[in-house]
Amino acid sequence: MADASAKQVLFEPIFSNNPIALQILGICSALAVTTSMNVTLVMCAAVIAVTAFSNLAVSLVRTQIPGSIRIIVQMTIIASLVIVVDQVLKAYAYEISKQLSVFVGLIITNCIVMGRAEGFAMKNGPWLSFLDGVGNGLGYSVLLIFVAFFRELLGAGSLFGVSLMPVVNEGGWYIPNGLLLLPPSAFFIIGLAIWGLRTWKPEQVEEPDYKMSRHVAKEAF
Amino acid sequence: MAKAKETVSRTLVVALVLSIVFSVVVSTAAVLLRPAQIQNQNLDIKTNILSAAGMLESGSSAEQIEEAFARFDVRLVDLDTGEFVEPSAVGVQDPMKYDMYRAASDPQMSTNIPSSEDKAGIKRRPNVAKVYTMSEGDQLTRVVLPIHGYGLWSTLYGFISLEGDLNTIEGLGFYAHAETPGLGGEVDNPRWKRQWVGKEVYNEDRSEPQVRLVKGGVSADAQGKEHKVDALSGATLTSRGVEQLVNYWMGDRGYAPFLQKLREGEV
Repeated sequence: MADASAKQVLFEPIFSNNPIALQILGICSALAVTTSMNVTLVMCAAVIAVTAFSNLAVSLVRTQIPGSIRIIVQMTIIASLVIVVDQVLKAYAYEISKQLSVFVGLIITNCIVMGRAEGFAMKNGPWLSFLDGVGNGLGYSVLLIFVAFFRELLGAGSLFGVSLMPVVNEGGWYIPNGLLLLPPSAFFIIGLAIWGLRTWKPEQVEEPDYKMSRHVAKEAF
Repeated sequence: MAKAKETVSRTLVVALVLSIVFSVVVSTAAVLLRPAQIQNQNLDIKTNILSAAGMLESGSSAEQIEEAFARFDVRLVDLDTGEFVEPSAVGVQDPMKYDMYRAASDPQMSTNIPSSEDKAGIKRRPNVAKVYTMSEGDQLTRVVLPIHGYGLWSTLYGFISLEGDLNTIEGLGFYAHAETPGLGGEVDNPRWKRQWVGKEVYNEDRSEPQVRLVKGGVSADAQGKEHKVDALSGATLTSRGVEQLVNYWMGDRGYAPFLQKLREGEV
């Protein structure tokens, strides 16, 4: 990783090493904030900001951090950044911050942020770490936007709140699929996205942990 | 270097410096952004009130909302007696600062509702409510009342707006709830909310609130159609909750004593 180029660090996490699709991190918020595109985009921006700047901050002080308290130091940095982001949203994007409710605060517990701080920023320089944060934030965003696109389009007949398929309740023709507005639907879409991604890039398919042995017992008659 | 940073004193110094730096960062952000946040919260409440009263044009700027809201008088009402009370009675200077939902959880400022009468499922009711009235000259033209109650999953918080006759509904809207999207969540549907406009809360003698949410739509010749609103399809319990909470707040335990006094011109 030491000689990774900036371009690689920035773009690898989008498809080749996607934090949600390959590492299966950050699923919780992917279920919660993807009912509409507007909310999703703000959440993505918040996560990109936090991963980028927490990576930068951790990387800047990485030589000073004693090993025994390094996780707590990273946590403090991340938590402070999340609080600042939350305050900014409440001041300048109140409507959307109301819809995001606790999920901005829960970026603290998003494994992507912590994972990149510990896994990358502790070993690399500030510039590369910053790009790695942006890249992983983008990887998270790509999948969230993909999920939100289908959930809002098929669940509410609109995109960015603009009605594209007028729904029956408002006198149109489209009967919205209510399941897509509920969190479990995001599981299906993420599952399909992972399937699609691994069909396109078969090297992401994991080796099975074990092989099932042949069935040898005699069948009962 | 690698050895030096693992000592106890070094660890303490790093922890201390880090704590100080980040507490300064966080508190600065909180203090600097506070005014903007409070302004947003106030604007949000005003937007909800205007929207329930049908006075909100889409895409209004903050100034337009403030200007429209300035036509309201914010008053505090003792729900038992139905009379206006001074803001100082609830310990605030500006009636806008009084939070009736916070008061509802303070034993000093609220009363228990016996479960037989608790149609709205709210358990406690604040003693003093915050109402918004609008008058032209001496003539009362509009009253907006905060209402809340339990639906299927969540407490719905909203406002109901009555015309000057204190009987005809001018609008109803909920600004906070967690009902099922697409089913109970349709309480936010503008087409559904439009049905409420022009409905009447009380019957001739103004005693009992009569609002009903009925299944299958309200036909033009239905009996008592002036009190009936089409229920939300696929959301029986949310519809029932809305019916109950509107009738609760319009009833004797809610705003009925206050509306009675207003009608008689006593307050």
